[in-house]
Amino acid sequence: MADTLFFFLATFLVIFAVGAVLSRNVVNAALCFLLCLVGVSGLFALLEAYLLAVLLVLVYAGAVVALFLFIIMLLDMKHPTAWNTKGFSMISSVIAFGLLVTGVVTFASHGKLASLPIDQVPAVGASLNGYAYQLFTTYLLPVQVVGFLLLIAMLGVIVLSKKIDGVEDAS
Amino acid sequence: MITASLNAYILLSVLLFAIGFLGVIVRKNTLAIYISLELMLVASTLALVAFSRYNGTMDGNVFVFFILTVAAAEVAVGLAIIVALFRKRMTVQVDELNALKN
Repeated sequence: MADTLFFFLATFLVIFAVGAVLSRNVVNAALCFLLCLVGVSGLFALLEAYLLAVLLVLVYAGAVVALFLFIIMLLDMKHPTAWNTKGFSMISSVIAFGLLVTGVVTFASHGKLASLPIDQVPAVGASLNGYAYQLFTTYLLPVQVVGFLLLIAMLGVIVLSKKIDGVEDAS
Repeated sequence: MITASLNAYILLSVLLFAIGFLGVIVRKNTLAIYISLELMLVASTLALVAFSRYNGTMDGNVFVFFILTVAAAEVAVGLAIIVALFRKRMTVQVDELNALKN
């Protein structure tokens, strides 16, 4: 059952990832990315990281993709954009992608990651308890730092999007 | 037939990363490149969660928690930069944004 679900979600994910990367219209790309996130969230649930599955949908699908769509509508691109078809970048991208795919295939055929069968490993990520304990003991300082980072990011965004006197926009 | 082992999860994660990488190189639109970058980030979080689950440790999960937080901030700043760039240059195509000065 879990295997069937895994293969279904994996196929779904790869199809929409390709859609997100290759669709000419950026709005379609963003919506394909949204479906990708739903697939990853399903895989997180399959890996019994329920909190992360919910957070991924809330933060990524809820906030990030919505932000993307807002910006796409705000910028209002005139022509649907093509791909980079200049000779040099096309050749280099094909070579780079080929190398990555070769790596993946080699990995799939030869790689053996030593791990116990999944039913013998405790699902520590399933309960909120583990997250709370880790976040308030081992990772207490990073939590504070991330809080400040969010504050600074907010200030940075305000400064970046504010119109400053003397700096003219192109019209 | 492969079972959904750790290998399968990591393979899927690397495949997603490769697809995102292809998008970063092939696309010309800054927003499309940014979406592909986010795809790469999500692929890496999938690997972390899978490792965490199969090793019975909590650290990967907590790292994904932090990655989600930082990614939200990063997207906000990145999109603000793209909007500022668009206001200045009226384009988001990377082949037209090839100079730091005007």
